[in-house]
Order: sequence, then C-alpha cells, then structure tokens
Amino acid sequence: MDALRRTLLKGAGATGAIAAAIAAGVLKPSQVLAAEYNRTAFEAKDVAGALKGVGAGSTTESKDIVIRAPDIAENGAVVPVDVVSNIPNTISLAVLVDKNPSPLTSAFDFANGALPEMALRVKMGQTSLVEAIAKTADGKYYIAKKEVKVTVGGCGG
Amino acid sequence: MADPMKIRAQMKGDIAEIRVLMSHPMETGQRKDSNGKIIPAHHITSITVDVGGKRIIQGQTGPAVSRNPVFGFKVKGPKAGDKVVIHWEDNKGDKRTDEATIS
Repeated sequence: MDALRRTLLKGAGATGAIAAAIAAGVLKPSQVLAAEYNRTAFEAKDVAGALKGVGAGSTTESKDIVIRAPDIAENGAVVPVDVVSNIPNTISLAVLVDKNPSPLTSAFDFANGALPEMALRVKMGQTSLVEAIAKTADGKYYIAKKEVKVTVGGCGG
Repeated sequence: MADPMKIRAQMKGDIAEIRVLMSHPMETGQRKDSNGKIIPAHHITSITVDVGGKRIIQGQTGPAVSRNPVFGFKVKGPKAGDKVVIHWEDNKGDKRTDEATIS
C-alpha cells in the first residue's frame, strides 16, 4: 500500500518535472514527442492519413523539392530514393510511397548544419508515386511527387 | 544484438557526407512464412545522428525502409576528425550505437 503510494507520488513528480522543464523552455515539446514512435502516421493506410499523422494539414506542390529515383525499378524491395529540398529553412523531410499498405516510409528532422537532404532505400509493392514532404521552420508543408514503375514488388512473401 | 553499422564520413569541401549501413531484417509484418503464419513486424523505428557532440538528425522509420537500411546525409560545418555517433532502436526494443571519425 505504502509502496504503491510512493510510486504514484514519484510518477506524478516526474511528470511535473517534465511539465516544468517544458514551461522553462529547457525541453521543447517536439523533442519530447520525437522520442515516441509516431504510430498513427506510420500505420496510416493512405497518404491523407499519413500526412495528418505527421501534422501536415495542407501541402503546397513545390518544384524546389527534388526527388531522384529510378523511372523503372526492377526490384521493388530495394528502390534507391534521394530527396533534396531547396526550400529555405527546411527542417524536416518525409518520404512516402503512395500505394504501399502504409505509405509513410520515414521522416527526419535536420538541425545544427545538417543539409535538408537524404538518401535511402525503400520497398515498393507496386508501381506508385513516390512523394516527398518538406516542412519549413514556419510550419508550412511542401510536397513533390515522382512516379516509379515497379516490375517485381517488394512487399509480398 | 545486431551486427555493427558500417559508417563512412568524409569531408567534401566544408560539407561532410555521411553514409551508414545498418544490419536489420526490417520485417514488415505482412509477409507469411512457408506455413502461412504471419512473420511479426520487426523494424527500426528511430534513428539519431550526432556530429561533434551535436544532434544533427533525428528521425523515425517504418517497415517500408528496405532490409539492411542505407542512409545518406550531409552536414555543413564539421571538421575532419570530428566524431559521428549514430544510434538506432527497433520496435522490439533492440538498439545499437556505433561511431566513426570524419576523414
């Protein structure tokens, strides 16, 4: 009984400490949230759901995001994708594959001199649009798309 | 414990190019084994990259990143000799940290 009470008190104390740290500006809420896996976004079944999950309500099409990916991918299990944002003050990038069971593949935040670009390899179940979302420091979201044809899918067994 | 990452970090002008290869199955949770049983999802969920003691990149990944993920990043400002520390965690609580020096 006593032990339980102490645990509860301790728990409340810890939460209070985090709230205080946020209030004091020591910890920014985004940093605290970032530690937790964004299940909503990654398990969303369509692009709209994934965008909502990462907090992108509306997106503007932009030619300043460059997606380099093959026009035809022979092996859907390994499709190299290279994304560069030339939009000033880009702080985050996310890559989505439109027709995958869950479109969001990954999302990265950049700081301390990291250039807003990344190279990765994604799985694609079938021919689909590959989309890149860039978030700028003022909270705006931009999107670019490129179609990649897949001859052998990479999500099946 | 997973196999070590392979990290390459090289200065090109005032920009360091970092490439990392992580050893991970990245199971989607949608494939079935020969008995028709679903293979449970097992994939990296979060990645951080620190250069010279500063967090430059943090991100999250889902199961649609290819097996044995390769990532490429660029960062402006570090010097040759600075340390690159990369860390990942997966959805089963496994984790790994490896480091390299910028050349």
